[in-house]
Amino acid sequence: MAMNTQGRPTAAPRTSAAAIETVSGSRGLLQREDLLFEIGTPETTGVDLPKPKGLKNRLGGVARKVDTGLPGLSEPQAVRHYMRLSQRNYAIDLGFFPLGSCTMKHNPRLNEKMARLPGFADIHPLQPQATVQGALQLIDELATWLKTLTGMPSVAMSPKAGAHGELCGMLAIRQALIARGEGETRKRVLVPASAHGTNPATAVQCGFIVDEIKANARGRVDMAELREKLQHTDDVAGIMLTNPNTCGLFETDIKEIADLIHKAGGYFYCDGANFNAIVGRVRPGDLGVDAMHINLHKTFSTPHGGGGPGSGPTVFSEALAPYAPVPFVTKDEDGLFRLVEHVDGDAKDSFGRMVAFHGQMGMFVRALTYMLSHGADGLKQVAEDAVLNANYVQARLKHVMTPAFEGYCMHEALFSDAFTADGIETIDIAKALIDEGYHPMTMYFPLVVHGAMLIEPTETESKAELDRFCDSLESIARRAAQGDETLKGAPYLAPAKRLDETRAARKPVLKWTRPAPESVAAE
Amino acid sequence: MRYLPLTPQDRASMLATIGAKSADDFYADVPKTARLKAKIAGLPDHQGELAVERHMTKLAARNRAASAGPFFVGAGAYKHHVPATVDMIIQRSEFLTTYTPYQPEIAQGTLQTLFEFQTQVAALTAMDVANASMYDGSTACAEAAVMAARVTKRSKIILSGGLHPHYAAATRLLCEAQGLTVVQLPVAIDGEGELEKSVDGETACVVGQSPNVFGTVTDLSGVAKSAHEKGALLVSVFTEAVSLGLVTPPGEMGADIAAGEGQSIGNGLNFGGPYVGLFACREKLMRQMPGRLCGETVDADDQRGFVLTLSTREQHIRRDKATSNICTNSGLCALAFTAHMTLLGGRGLKQLAQLNHEAACELADALGGLKGVDLLTPRFFNEFAIRTPVDAEAVLAMLEEAGVVGGVRASRLFPNDHLGDVILVAATECTTADDIAAYAAALKEII
Amino acid sequence: MTTYYTKDHEWIRVDGDTGTVGITAYAAGQLGDVVYVELPETGAKFARGDDFAVVESVKAASDVYAPVSGAVLEVNSALTEAPEKVSEAAESEAWFVRVKLADTGELTELMDEAAYAAFCKGL
Repeated sequence: MAMNTQGRPTAAPRTSAAAIETVSGSRGLLQREDLLFEIGTPETTGVDLPKPKGLKNRLGGVARKVDTGLPGLSEPQAVRHYMRLSQRNYAIDLGFFPLGSCTMKHNPRLNEKMARLPGFADIHPLQPQATVQGALQLIDELATWLKTLTGMPSVAMSPKAGAHGELCGMLAIRQALIARGEGETRKRVLVPASAHGTNPATAVQCGFIVDEIKANARGRVDMAELREKLQHTDDVAGIMLTNPNTCGLFETDIKEIADLIHKAGGYFYCDGANFNAIVGRVRPGDLGVDAMHINLHKTFSTPHGGGGPGSGPTVFSEALAPYAPVPFVTKDEDGLFRLVEHVDGDAKDSFGRMVAFHGQMGMFVRALTYMLSHGADGLKQVAEDAVLNANYVQARLKHVMTPAFEGYCMHEALFSDAFTADGIETIDIAKALIDEGYHPMTMYFPLVVHGAMLIEPTETESKAELDRFCDSLESIARRAAQGDETLKGAPYLAPAKRLDETRAARKPVLKWTRPAPESVAAE
Repeated sequence: MRYLPLTPQDRASMLATIGAKSADDFYADVPKTARLKAKIAGLPDHQGELAVERHMTKLAARNRAASAGPFFVGAGAYKHHVPATVDMIIQRSEFLTTYTPYQPEIAQGTLQTLFEFQTQVAALTAMDVANASMYDGSTACAEAAVMAARVTKRSKIILSGGLHPHYAAATRLLCEAQGLTVVQLPVAIDGEGELEKSVDGETACVVGQSPNVFGTVTDLSGVAKSAHEKGALLVSVFTEAVSLGLVTPPGEMGADIAAGEGQSIGNGLNFGGPYVGLFACREKLMRQMPGRLCGETVDADDQRGFVLTLSTREQHIRRDKATSNICTNSGLCALAFTAHMTLLGGRGLKQLAQLNHEAACELADALGGLKGVDLLTPRFFNEFAIRTPVDAEAVLAMLEEAGVVGGVRASRLFPNDHLGDVILVAATECTTADDIAAYAAALKEII
Repeated sequence: MTTYYTKDHEWIRVDGDTGTVGITAYAAGQLGDVVYVELPETGAKFARGDDFAVVESVKAASDVYAPVSGAVLEVNSALTEAPEKVSEAAESEAWFVRVKLADTGELTELMDEAAYAAFCKGL
């Protein structure tokens, strides 16, 4: 017979992908991309600008002597640069982020479309107020939603992020104490050991002293210790609690806690990071809260953007409302909206201004769009589905992992590392999840649970996604219990392997510098 | 509802797995009196996209966009042109919907852009190191003052008379809450130099702004020298990032900390937020910097990579001994800044700055040439103050009727300083010759 | 010279009324890779139990407490350049400060080597 020895092979050769080296440094779809400063040149620019006329300048000699030397890229190069870098990022649009306390829910695209309407995006905070009545009305509408959902009479819209909102709440408390003539004597703020680090940091920024309270065996505030700490009441400024708390549990005794603090002459600050568990079902105002910040980027779906921007409007009780910061939006009798920008008149007791301009308008537009989309009925369902999803995850995993506390959780499930074999740690489990295609859960927080693993699914995960996730985590947990050493090298499949954080901290390199020219010694 | 994937069957199945009867079971710890039975009253039910769009579009239509006509408002936020590519980049899912890069193996995209951002900010401000951004310029300024107090172990902060009053207020608030003393020098159009005389052995830092709120550019080298002689630091502030392409930057003036607003590069006006705070300092102060820092390292395969570093100073580790309580930076806005800066390059920024300055020069000639109008700012970049013979509020209202948004009345920012006849006016590369002509013509009519 | 130990894992090697202070190898082991050490100024005065230094590892920043009251005579600035020495030689080369003791009587409240070793076993 005639043999055809040409033609290409059709069976896949058996070679390990890991063994393949490439010249480009790219690996299939995953493109290599160097630093901007290694690619671009100072002469390049990707923006076409008119030529300056060459007029005599009026800087009075205050001119830059040394050019920045920063490189530019043409538009096609710039697009490639950022597209390639984006491939190395996980994102909620891609997959599940089981991050406890972060509320990584879906970011609706309608929000983005609305935020880009020129009537919102292209207006200046200081242009005449008659020309921005729509913007002021929007802030007022959003404020109304927030007050109604929380059952509180007043809200400060200007804080730029959650921690900034905490600062707002604590500064209002400080101001209220000063107004009572007790600003110098009431310095003690009670904070649970399970609190998010921003809580004690914020208290200190306001000049308070932090007094830590421990949790009881059920993960909630230890009431006996609380009563003991309130025996001397003339130095108590208040308490900072998260509810549901950072263990994912509702503080059962919350009303009693509020009463005790108020009787002691202090105020109740509530960290609203976990509002997603109770929105539409419980109002903090009914629990005795005096101030609470709300993370628009958590409960109200504004995007996390790789670390910000956030927005932290803060609601106030009647007791603290007079001390709220400027500016705020008010509506006059003639129906016109107006900004109150100075500490006088309507705002004479305000503690002052926290930030330039009026707040994170871009996030307000997104959050209001979201609230209008869900409505009161939808938001209630949001909380219920969030809590259902978390309990489902807990139920599926409680036989292979160690739940930190007994009973149902709220919107997040907390596990300790008790189930792992010696030598296998929470971080190994977390990194192994990356290989399974998931972002790790929150690790080592709250501090009160050893090797804590905190999982918050949110309501925008389907049952199928949760099942898939639980299947993966179940398998990893079993390997961890058996002491599987391969977990320690994870992740194996991510765009980067485990990074040397020690080196980054010992010899910090925080910017690119031109490498020294090749040694001339050879010549 | 379109954002909720669970079906009634899913819910039933999941409840069965959990062993609960209904979602109510999970709220058993809530005090009975605080449990809401029905949905909250007074708020509408869910709506589809069409209805929501209608509602929002109506609100947007009641606002006059900056691009709608001649527009000259500055005073801390500036109307610039942002290339179309920038918005496309920040809308990419992988940048828009990702979290803080705490898991560096799956966040090298964000981390590398932060490293590039830090490098750019350090070069623009001519300082040694920069952080990964703050909320905005005013909080960056406040944190700079607090940092100076921490570093020098002194408690007096002196603010110049040209510092943006919003920045001064935010700084005063944060400093006084921590027991520091804030001294505010009298409002002055060209008063940065006064800081030289005011610094003493108890001063932690002096805070000067260039260009200042009246647009005046000042060489703060003398102030830096004075401060250093007394063991104090210079915090150099700016609100117009494009000025760094032409005007003497903080590092060239001997500043110890540079704090400012980055909105002008990559970020639209957005009615005041979100913006992006720029923060940079000398190398030896690096570990005292608030906010996030991105650093270079290698991974287990010896490949270069980036991680958040020096985080032990931050709130989640140091808690009550942290350098600050900050948790977020302004991530996506920093990305917009770095993308725009990448498209511009140093050369493009310089050219952009020249265009801004020339527009302001032409505007200054046109307005200053009018009888009765005084140009008050001696040296400026793209913003200056004018005095009109008629009350500023009235002038601006009449300009508006003529379709010109003429600026900010100084008395809105300084209600108690008798500046009722002063207007702060800004020009940028978006300002056309027609705009300038329209302003001059309308103003001439009014006077 | 005698070495004493505290429950917070500091050691002090005493010679008359001066002492050399550092953290124990046990503590260094617990911290993981040390990346930075923040030391006080010479001349600074401390009461027993005051925090006088900070040891930073990648994941934590720990306060170091003064085992006795006194004034700082000398700081080990080599640690600023080479913080990793703490992980390698915590109880010798990586000393933090030399102090002048205000009250040698306070030493009776500290543990000796054997007592400290037993204390660590119980942790």
